[in-house]
Amino acid sequence: MTGTTGTAPSKDHGTTGPTGTALGAPAERREGRQKVTGAARYAAEYALPGRAHAWPVPAAVARGRVTGVDTSAALALPGVLAVLTPGDAAGLAAPEDGTLAVLRSADVPHRGWCVALAVAETPETARAAARAVRVTYGTEAHHVDLTEDAPGGYEPDEVAGGPGRVEHGDPEAAFAAADVRVDVTYRVPPLHNHPMEPHATTAHWEGDRLTVYTSSQGGTTVRATLAQLFRLPEERITVVAEHVGGGFGSKGTPRPDVVLAALAARHTGRPVTLAYPRRLLPTVVGHRAPTVQRLRLGAGTDGRLTALLHEVTTHTSHVREFVEYAAVVSRVMYATPALLSTHRVVPLDVPSPSWMRAPGEAPGMYALESAVDELADALGTDPVELRVRNEPRREPGSGKPFSSRHVVECLREGARRFGWAGRDPRPGVRREGPLLVGTGVAAATYPFQVAPSTATAEARPDGTFVVRVNAADIGTGARTVLAQIAADALGVPLERVRTEVGHSDLPPAPLAGGSCGTASWGWAVHEACARLAAHPEEGPTVHADTTGEADADSPYARHAFGAHFAEVAVDTVTGEVRVRRLLGVFAAGRILNARTARSQFTGAMVMGLGMALTEHSTLDPAFGDFPESDLASYHVPVHADVPDIEADWLDEDDTHLNPMGSKGIGEIGIVGTAAALGNAVHHATGIRFRELPLTPDRILARLLCEG
Amino acid sequence: MNGFGYLRPDSVQEAAEAYAAHPGARYLAGGTNLVDLLKLGVERPGTLIDIGRLPLDTVQELPDGGLRVGATVRNSDLAADPRVRDRYPALSQALLSGASAQLRNVATTGGNLLQRTRCPYFQDLDKPCNKRDPGSGCGARDGVHRDHAVLGHSPQCIATHPSDMAVALAALDAQVELYSTDGTRRLPVADFYRLPGEHPDRDTWIRPGELITGVRLPAATAGVPSAYRKARDRASYAFALASVAVVLRVEDGVVDQVGLAFGGLAHRPWRARHTELALLGAPATPAAFEGAVALELAHAEPLRDNAYKVPLARGLALDVLNRLAPAPAAA
Amino acid sequence: MTSAHQPGHHSEVTLRVNGKPHTLRVDHRRVLLDLLREELDLTGSKKGCDHGQCGACTVLVDGRRVNSCLLLAVALDGSEITTVEGLGGDGDEPHPLQRAFLDRDALQCGYCTPGQLCSALGMLAEAAAGHPSHVTDPAAPSGPPVPLDRTEIRERMSGNLCRCGAYPRIVEAIEDVI
Repeated sequence: MTGTTGTAPSKDHGTTGPTGTALGAPAERREGRQKVTGAARYAAEYALPGRAHAWPVPAAVARGRVTGVDTSAALALPGVLAVLTPGDAAGLAAPEDGTLAVLRSADVPHRGWCVALAVAETPETARAAARAVRVTYGTEAHHVDLTEDAPGGYEPDEVAGGPGRVEHGDPEAAFAAADVRVDVTYRVPPLHNHPMEPHATTAHWEGDRLTVYTSSQGGTTVRATLAQLFRLPEERITVVAEHVGGGFGSKGTPRPDVVLAALAARHTGRPVTLAYPRRLLPTVVGHRAPTVQRLRLGAGTDGRLTALLHEVTTHTSHVREFVEYAAVVSRVMYATPALLSTHRVVPLDVPSPSWMRAPGEAPGMYALESAVDELADALGTDPVELRVRNEPRREPGSGKPFSSRHVVECLREGARRFGWAGRDPRPGVRREGPLLVGTGVAAATYPFQVAPSTATAEARPDGTFVVRVNAADIGTGARTVLAQIAADALGVPLERVRTEVGHSDLPPAPLAGGSCGTASWGWAVHEACARLAAHPEEGPTVHADTTGEADADSPYARHAFGAHFAEVAVDTVTGEVRVRRLLGVFAAGRILNARTARSQFTGAMVMGLGMALTEHSTLDPAFGDFPESDLASYHVPVHADVPDIEADWLDEDDTHLNPMGSKGIGEIGIVGTAAALGNAVHHATGIRFRELPLTPDRILARLLCEG
Repeated sequence: MNGFGYLRPDSVQEAAEAYAAHPGARYLAGGTNLVDLLKLGVERPGTLIDIGRLPLDTVQELPDGGLRVGATVRNSDLAADPRVRDRYPALSQALLSGASAQLRNVATTGGNLLQRTRCPYFQDLDKPCNKRDPGSGCGARDGVHRDHAVLGHSPQCIATHPSDMAVALAALDAQVELYSTDGTRRLPVADFYRLPGEHPDRDTWIRPGELITGVRLPAATAGVPSAYRKARDRASYAFALASVAVVLRVEDGVVDQVGLAFGGLAHRPWRARHTELALLGAPATPAAFEGAVALELAHAEPLRDNAYKVPLARGLALDVLNRLAPAPAAA
Repeated sequence: MTSAHQPGHHSEVTLRVNGKPHTLRVDHRRVLLDLLREELDLTGSKKGCDHGQCGACTVLVDGRRVNSCLLLAVALDGSEITTVEGLGGDGDEPHPLQRAFLDRDALQCGYCTPGQLCSALGMLAEAAAGHPSHVTDPAAPSGPPVPLDRTEIRERMSGNLCRCGAYPRIVEAIEDVI
């Protein structure tokens, strides 16, 4: 622990960090200038000569088969080049990921599934053509309702690289025998990633060579997937993802846009851009699956947990299994002699869920940290102290020692900065006119993950260096932080290092996901640069591959931790909740760029604020999709929702991670935010709300009954 | 959307004549809702008649002390107009609580009045909607309808009207000026809108080809205390879950003049006539307000998931009434 | 009937974009955003939702901030358009607001950034002209410039979504140029 270093002067252009090297410096993001001048190009913005535009036709039934597609009216429109229909992709190899099996067969697994694709000279004509396509269906009964007792559910064998179920001791008996018991069920609705840049691909064939400009968190996977589907050697495929307008998991693996664009380009012999319309994204790019989470906490009167049972019910589609592994957090957080952490997933006729920022952890910690707050209430113990009291020596799920764990320090530091001491624990007593005011706390956790990567470092005759890795900069500042890692390993000033990312000609690399991008790419960059520095004779270009190291089993449980503190005001007239203050303190290894790290922490906290208060989606039982499909009805937080948010961190010195000593920072900011806000709403109102989001309808109804 | 013709007439008369020559045409002003609906395929006109540059873009004093607002005055300009802020504060507040600054910079007075519901079933061509496609059914009634109507809905339609501005205009006794080749007429804003009934496809009593040329704000409500309040899912840039506009004058502790309209509750801005009748001449006390508002909301028929709107509307109305009432009454 | 009337589904329009005149024959369906992106290769204005719900397409038309995705190009004949590409002026130096965004790290993925920038410039002009917002005290006098505190900035910038959550930094950057 090296003390608080988080609050870098925000206008500091520094290129030197706390240790005197580039690492940790608040370096300005390298592509910033391009982004503020409009020069940065995103996937749909490559206007290749002769480029055409595609528009998808979404399935209008929730389950069934396409029985006919009449394209005559569409093809009759001037400027229409083609309409692709089911079967046009039948010649492609079967994808491993069923969501990419578009236009292969007539089956409709869920509403919104792409059943045809119009291609035209202009986007306007493509849209008109898509609308003119007449599709007939044979429909079957469908089910999209997730209930705790929904039939067909099963316990998955594996979630998040671990077992679907972890059970220690006799949790049922221990809970039944506990002095103090909390038995509660929390619900999180479906949520949508909605990166500001919709999923888009521009595809172009030259003979049997395919180039795609695509909005992806991992170009290497895109290339491998396209090679498999189109039966091409990878070297004939080029994937460019220079700038990516956010993804938050929804661009982690290839989505239908890239397959459809490549198909359409091959079909028409023209470069084709498919920019998926915003309203259609929720059904095709994945969503955070809804969860119903039963939490049972048993404790002694001393506040020590004697039982922790976390049972999650969630849905997946019939297209592929995805489990929102919300119970995993209970294997990490608190010491308990009896533990049950289990999942039950129900396949429904729903659009396929997928990763959304901190999948599993975000909804799981909402439920767990809310339940812990309820336990603190039941015990009459301060919620910070209750957490400290249940701090485990080893990871409860695995029994492994932690490589580093400073959640208590985060709680203490956060409490100090927030002014937690002296807080009146009584709920519902702080009135300011029509407002009820309250504060809340929650812990955060996110696993350290790392994957093998390759990278090269080249020494140029002019004394500069170039590091190359097919990383994706989705807004994290990857270019910048990789240059810092390189400069540090080379022992040269940051200005002398250039980074190349976002192109499949570069050394293959894993995706920007699971908060493991920088850890994974950076390890390979560090290794290449360190070798180049130590053995210049190996140069001018050194290639590194961390396979075997980065993926080696660790004897340690490795996680980032944190703590959120929130203050809210609840309007008793309208039920509107407004955030007054939000503070996050994190312990995530060594922070490699103070400026971009702070942006990621606070940005994820904003998304957590949305999860808590504004973001709401529904599966329409009759139609099988989400009525809240656009940005007017799905409420992403706006400027006015977001107060001054502070994020800070405690530097950790953890030698069991990677050469940089860094943990991931992209996701932990969203973990726990919703619980801190929900706990603050309870403190304000005295009412425990157990379903997100905390919108006026829910708040007001109960304020009037119970307030 | 398929292609369409585009006409830009130079006068109101030319515009109406152009419509007569192109049945099924649509007038285009700011376009913030119409272009949205064109893209969705909800609107499919053969011709657009651009009235955005007609000389209807000024706010004029009327001889009696009222104001005449041209149909193409932009929402942001109307909200900022010193005369509106001074004499009709509820209107300025309602405008500023709607949409975003970018949209308000383009959206016009007439277009705001004529905007369509944001019901998601209305906007999705693959779902039934009696408003968009009469006889196809209503997807919202048994579907997702937490945002929908609690007053005046019909088995055919439970949509709400999305305008904030129209709610304030209804409470302020404003009138819509309409022009057609048959002549001109005026309708109170409160009566301009229809309830869905059997014909939810018709939002208003406007006739085909009729053009809104302006809105008249009467002298009778000029300078009378008024205010607008709205509740929504996020702090800005969201449609109302419920809203209220109140115009209230109290003399010697007695309600001398009152106009109250709800937004977000019905197919039209809901003028609360029962409340107004009960309050006129009554003491301006919290208890009187409460009783009068309850009279109106007793007519609410909430659906499965929107019962919260009734107490929400009640709370908003009482808050604004008590705020506008002189201090002794609100004490 | 005005000369703007042309039969069929296309018309000729002249726009000044970042100071340069462009005369184009446009499909009546074409919105300003697509005209900028597809015909003038000015891709700095972004398409986030195409329905006026996100603000990524914000540009200035005749000095006012607007959603370019909802404006039919044919209706804009004679207009003056400023996009993010036109903010910096002739030189290499970025506009002070662009510089402030870099200084404050007021961006992550960058996709909403051009819209935030154009919107902020429009907002500064509106406040200077005395335009109130939803959070302006209704009792404040009409006319004088409205002081922009953080509450005012946040309300007025709420038409520009940022999914990366750069909001706090964007507000700081705007404050830097006030």
